[in-house]
Amino acid sequence: MDTQTPAVATETPVRRPKVAKWRRAVASTRFHSLVLLALLLAFWQFGVGFFNIPKFVLPPFSDVVVALYSGLSVGPLAHDGFWFHGFVTLVEVLGGFLIGSGVGLVLGMLISESRYLDDLIRPYIAAFQSLPKVAIAPIIVMWMGYGVDSKIAIVVMLTFFPVLVTSIAGFKAIDPDRIDLLRSLSATRWQIFSKVKFPSALPYIFAGLDVAAAFAVVGAIVGEFVGAQSGLGVMILQMDAQLDTGGSFAVFLILALMGVALTAALRAVRRRVLSWMPEQPSRRPVSA
Amino acid sequence: MTMTMAAAPSKGRPDYINIRGLSKRFGDDEDSVLALKNINCTIEQGSFVSVVGPSGCGKSTLLRIVAGLLPYGEGSVQMDGQPIIGTRRDVGVVFQNSILLPWRSVLDNVMLPAEVLGLDIKASRRRAMDLLAMVGLSGFEQKQPLQLSGGMQQRASIARALLHDPKILLMDEPFGALDALTREQMNLELQRIWASSGKTVILITHSIPEAIFLGDVVFVMTPRPGSLERVIRIDLPRPRNMDMMSAPAFASAAHEIRDLFNHSGSFD
Repeated sequence: MDTQTPAVATETPVRRPKVAKWRRAVASTRFHSLVLLALLLAFWQFGVGFFNIPKFVLPPFSDVVVALYSGLSVGPLAHDGFWFHGFVTLVEVLGGFLIGSGVGLVLGMLISESRYLDDLIRPYIAAFQSLPKVAIAPIIVMWMGYGVDSKIAIVVMLTFFPVLVTSIAGFKAIDPDRIDLLRSLSATRWQIFSKVKFPSALPYIFAGLDVAAAFAVVGAIVGEFVGAQSGLGVMILQMDAQLDTGGSFAVFLILALMGVALTAALRAVRRRVLSWMPEQPSRRPVSA
Repeated sequence: MTMTMAAAPSKGRPDYINIRGLSKRFGDDEDSVLALKNINCTIEQGSFVSVVGPSGCGKSTLLRIVAGLLPYGEGSVQMDGQPIIGTRRDVGVVFQNSILLPWRSVLDNVMLPAEVLGLDIKASRRRAMDLLAMVGLSGFEQKQPLQLSGGMQQRASIARALLHDPKILLMDEPFGALDALTREQMNLELQRIWASSGKTVILITHSIPEAIFLGDVVFVMTPRPGSLERVIRIDLPRPRNMDMMSAPAFASAAHEIRDLFNHSGSFD
């Protein structure tokens, strides 16, 4: 096919765009990064043999593929497969993310609407925010046990703050002219909030959700490391103990996939909700 | 001037808006700034009043007080015989920036007052379409505000201010950000809108020609603290056109305003 294409192109000029398209694809950065990936994987595959690296330190890439296949080919309820443990971790990530960011958003609204609440709660938020939340994970597991709920609690703690902080910033950054516009129409407090404040703050809120999504996966894995019966974090610990490094790498891949899927879902929602925002904010002012 | 208005619109009560001894101070300590000092004026119902003054003379503050957006210290401000204690439903405000909400289409932006005030949505939608046609934005109803030019955005915001058919239209330097040509065109359109609607309009501006071209009367303000220096009646026939800018009455009014600014040392 490759050898034929140029010949066809010289015969019939109509086909030329196709060749140009193919050339553009080869020249694109995306194609280059795929080539780079292939090169890195090949180096990994053959490098470990060449440099005589023991398997428990770094197995060849093919071992990771095998481990991934065997982990995925078992039944969905098998306790030694990826489906079951992946599902547990996913529940912890999603449950914690939804609760944590939901509570963060609501509290952010209340704080930005009430001066009193702001003064009352702000010092506690500042104090708690400077604390590395994962440090509390062992205590939470001790309080709530080895089940899913303690992991959800840890994820809630990690996802709550980014959404709270960005939503407060978003509500604070609103163009006061927009509020005056609504006030000039004798709008109620709720109308001002729902028609101007909330939509204006959405870009900020989504920035917070982005951070929270990344933190959610971290929280679930840390929680499972501290103490759990199931979940991908538990699998990593077990595989580590058995020097099954290829298996660990397979779990990393699944975790990465989970993170990418979560971020992509968030992006899709964001694109729908914030369709009015220009692709490149620097090009045109949003405040117009 | 011996010229009389050919079709002088019959106007209502002469003290429709009545401001007595109005002063406004920002801040309460010795750092406080006196923004307005002892303003006294009346505005006739259905008239077009231009308020002209250099930046910092408190003209926007005056407008915000009349709009009910800002509390005032001393004095009394009455509209149609009632003191202004807050915003009113029969007032429309056009702000310096068009303040269109970027997540709403142009039509939905114009519909905003109907939603907030709880008006009949169907009737308001028809009215919004008519208003958009009147300001020359037919066919742009479903566009996003960011797709419009600055002049079009400001025209949409004028349509929005008119949607709930307010008796009083307050405009705070609405054309300040526009280029000279667009501005002249907007002035002509505004005159047409005002003449056909019979509303009372207060237009804040720092353009002397704009103030004279549009106003039945021009309030001249001087700064530090903002006070009403003079009320100048503009005796030019309606509808006015751009050629009248070279009329003697126009020139003498412009000269009088510039003189006032020069005397107060505020024409920077």
